[in-house]
Amino acid sequence: MPAVPEELNIGYEEYRELAEREKPAPPLVRNALTAFISGGAICVLGQAIQNGFIALGLNPEDAANPTVAAVILLASLLTGLGLFDRLARFAGAGLAVPVTGFANSVTSAALEFKKEGLVLGIGSKMFSLAGTVILFGVITAFVVGLISAIF
Amino acid sequence: MSQKAGRQSVLFDPPPYLTSAATVVGPMEGRGPLGDDFDLVYRDLYINQKSFEAAERKMLQEACLLALEKRNIKLNDIDYFLAGDLLNQITVSGYSAAELGLPFFGLYGACSTLTLALSWGAMLVAGGFAQNVLAATSSHNCCAERQFRYPTEYGFQRPRQAQWTVTGAAAAVISAAGESPRIAAVTTGKVIDLGEKDALNLGAAMAPAAASTLIRHFLDLQRAPDYYDLIVTGDLGQIGSGILRKLLARSGYFMEENYNDCGLMIYNPELQQVEAGGSGCACSGVVVLGHLYRRMKAGELNRVLVVSTGALHSPTTLGQGDSIPGVAHAVALEI
Amino acid sequence: MGSYLTAFLVGGLFCLIGQLLFDLTPFTPGHILSGFVVAGGILGGLGLYDKLIQFAGAGASLPISSFGNALVKGAISEASRHGVIGILTGMFELTSTGITAAIIFAFLTALIFNPKG
Repeated sequence: MPAVPEELNIGYEEYRELAEREKPAPPLVRNALTAFISGGAICVLGQAIQNGFIALGLNPEDAANPTVAAVILLASLLTGLGLFDRLARFAGAGLAVPVTGFANSVTSAALEFKKEGLVLGIGSKMFSLAGTVILFGVITAFVVGLISAIF
Repeated sequence: MSQKAGRQSVLFDPPPYLTSAATVVGPMEGRGPLGDDFDLVYRDLYINQKSFEAAERKMLQEACLLALEKRNIKLNDIDYFLAGDLLNQITVSGYSAAELGLPFFGLYGACSTLTLALSWGAMLVAGGFAQNVLAATSSHNCCAERQFRYPTEYGFQRPRQAQWTVTGAAAAVISAAGESPRIAAVTTGKVIDLGEKDALNLGAAMAPAAASTLIRHFLDLQRAPDYYDLIVTGDLGQIGSGILRKLLARSGYFMEENYNDCGLMIYNPELQQVEAGGSGCACSGVVVLGHLYRRMKAGELNRVLVVSTGALHSPTTLGQGDSIPGVAHAVALEI
Repeated sequence: MGSYLTAFLVGGLFCLIGQLLFDLTPFTPGHILSGFVVAGGILGGLGLYDKLIQFAGAGASLPISSFGNALVKGAISEASRHGVIGILTGMFELTSTGITAAIIFAFLTALIFNPKG
């Protein structure tokens, strides 16, 4: 623990407590509400798209795939247009938790680093945010798969 | 005869002149309450440049050239160029130095760079090592976001303690002979780390450094807060400025109406979504060299103490679990 | 395959939980979303996630947790056909659309647009 300069007249732990007390509380209820409503709305939109594909003749199981692709396309487009981050300020987890968040993380990274070129910019840095989700998904599936295969 | 005062301060005699100042800002800052006090307001963040980084470079260079133009000072008259910014390897400053072709001292103080540069420049001039020094700093919201946090289009919900990096550049000429205001004294801060790990709560990380530098300033120069018409910190923001008052109170220093924070002055919290306030090198840069400079020249303020505050972490140190050290440098301006 | 109401409620609930985790814990979005994927994978392994999709439709298949479920289902179904190696060969079978779409659309978007700040 580094020494606290004498002129401050405060102990290290005391300062930690002061800083914690001064930290503003997030608007829990408001955020929870907006996340619930926007997340629900995105899923309703997804359901509508899926029903649309079913109406076009696809089986319910097969319709899930193009639905995901369509939602991802939408999220990427909104990211490119500079609108996704504005919506996310309001919606929070409502946009981050559905696959829209995944699409936004990949697209925003690709957009940001395009100035550094296709290979070293977009190519290398595109998954800087999404990589962790893929990694832990694969690890989980590997472990669960092994357990399931053994028992 | 300029000399060291106390432990961390220097009292200048004769005080060097802050003889010229210029500021360039981005759209949000232009729309803020101080919009009219900036020399140049840009309507977009790219300014027709190939990237945000190139735009920041352009802003810094323009601020420098404007500062020289205002007092008819030639580039050849400048002995040293002192500059710093937030980007890795302070490339905005280094590349601008290449454009200007001046002997260059590159500085890194994060958001405390303004007073760091002014302190250093004043010492060079008062020490007889330079007649004219060009001191400058800049920051750009998008460059800082992508380097320190997330890609600019990432859908991230900012918490209430987060601050918004100012897009802008500020430059000043410090001279042995010229026009008021003058740099009367400086206090160089120690780096202080009291364990803050939240990179979105930099106010709490930097407040101890601001408190330490302020207290040292008052002790070294045997002054009280009321000596100054106005004391401003760089970018402690809503949270940090509250903590600062509490820390100072513990040592018996009370700042009443004469305290403000540049991060709270530059934006309008009702209309602009900036959570806890502005931040960045340009925050204190443009507020001090644009707004406060004008007020001093107009006779509204005679003695101003500027304490720019910086956080010296990096994304790497944060990732490795280190806390965020803060530093603050004080510059006393007098008419 | 679910109704609009169940999609809204379940999808909203997933996001609500995510929001509370964002606001009340020091974890980053990366941590929390990874947690969702792991949870989805575990529920998928227990056979519960598919039931949730039956009930809530897009309300369960759109949240990122379904990615975990899809990875697990792919691994398990291929393993049941071809033995343990199936875990490796089958894992991405069901998520292929999502990942491919994300990569292609992100790339195209980056080619066309610029970040606006």
